[in-house]
Amino acid sequence: MNTNLIYIGFAAVGAGLAVFGASFGIGKIGSSAMDAISRQPEASNKIQTAMIIATALIEGAALFGIVTALLAIFK
Amino acid sequence: MLKKIIFFIIISIYISFTQNLYSNIENSDNLNRETKELNNEKIKIDPSKLIIKHIIDSHEWHLFGSGKKSIVISLPIILWDEGFKVFMSNNFNNKGNFQHKSGSYYKIFNDKIYKTNSNYNLYFTKINEPSNKKPLDISITKNVFLILFSSFLMIIIFIKLSLSYNSNNYVKYKYGILIESLILFIIKEISIPNIGLNKHEKYLPFLLTTFFFILINNLLGLLPCAPNITGNINITFVLSLMTFLITNLNGNIEYWKHIFWMPNIPIGIRFLLAPIELISIFVRPLTLCIRLFANMTAGHIIILSFICLIFIFKNILSTIIFIPFALFISLLEILVAFLQAFIFTNLSALFIGLAVKNEKKES
Repeated sequence: MNTNLIYIGFAAVGAGLAVFGASFGIGKIGSSAMDAISRQPEASNKIQTAMIIATALIEGAALFGIVTALLAIFK
Repeated sequence: MLKKIIFFIIISIYISFTQNLYSNIENSDNLNRETKELNNEKIKIDPSKLIIKHIIDSHEWHLFGSGKKSIVISLPIILWDEGFKVFMSNNFNNKGNFQHKSGSYYKIFNDKIYKTNSNYNLYFTKINEPSNKKPLDISITKNVFLILFSSFLMIIIFIKLSLSYNSNNYVKYKYGILIESLILFIIKEISIPNIGLNKHEKYLPFLLTTFFFILINNLLGLLPCAPNITGNINITFVLSLMTFLITNLNGNIEYWKHIFWMPNIPIGIRFLLAPIELISIFVRPLTLCIRLFANMTAGHIIILSFICLIFIFKNILSTIIFIPFALFISLLEILVAFLQAFIFTNLSALFIGLAVKNEKKES
């Protein structure tokens, strides 16, 4: 039971790290998207589309980490 | 002034409910020991089991309630075990035993059906995993039922839409305008930029079907008591398998050259990069699969965790705090439903476009 708790604790820390990294990436994308929209408001549609695609890809990567953590807990 | 009075009355009703709950638990020294243990057992909640039970597939559809008073729709079970054996899932008694009229004995354990002898023995080799023979299980479970239902819904909507165009190409079906705008969005923003103007029509049915299948099933999974389809890795695996087959069966010679014998690179490095590119053929559709599965499952787990928190706190006032959270997360999940369908279709179109694109000829 003790070793199980250690695995669960590490898995939780790993999931938190994955979210930490993802939030960094998405924040950077959001900031550069806002800079680009402020420079050229006519292109805001295309910039918004590209920003959302990049966000979803980064979220996919973060969720790989969370899926691994879930696998570690439930095995 | 009237609003303040009504607000005060509602808050006081809530607080009075809270007092009743606490008095039941604290006066337990008036009751004898057995009922106190019974009360304690009823009060202890195991959130992880509850949450997982709502996410995975199962042979019966549990709607409300728990224990004896639960309302459950039982679905048919179809087995292939030297002949089709069909029966309803409420035939299993409390221990999970059932004898079919042809004489075979079945037992359900952890939502899987095993074939046993007449004493219903299960032989365990590993923990929680019997080594009895399992008959081929092609029964109609929760997920299968919802797939059939949503496919039926899609067939009705789209056939009605396509039949409603009159000779002037105007849409007469009222809600068709909504769906038509989505279809035009997919054609203009996803299909043509990625695949190209001359070749995109061949792959358009696949892209449209994938988009609407994922979208409708994501949205249907957000309703209460609804099964969770796109959060099941088997189903997203099949969807990404379709993408994998379509890209690789339609790849032209340029595509395969770019993978194994890429141009404009020194020859030694080509040998180094070829295994990596070979792995990436398989890994890219796999990322599509895992992305959709993880997004949907994580969303459902968050919503269910908030609702379970209410039962952990055992206080009716906590509903004021947690239900708005759950509502906010549900709204976010609607956005994620649209987004994930869009991303899946966009990336599939990108992979197909890479496979069928021609080298640009300088004019």
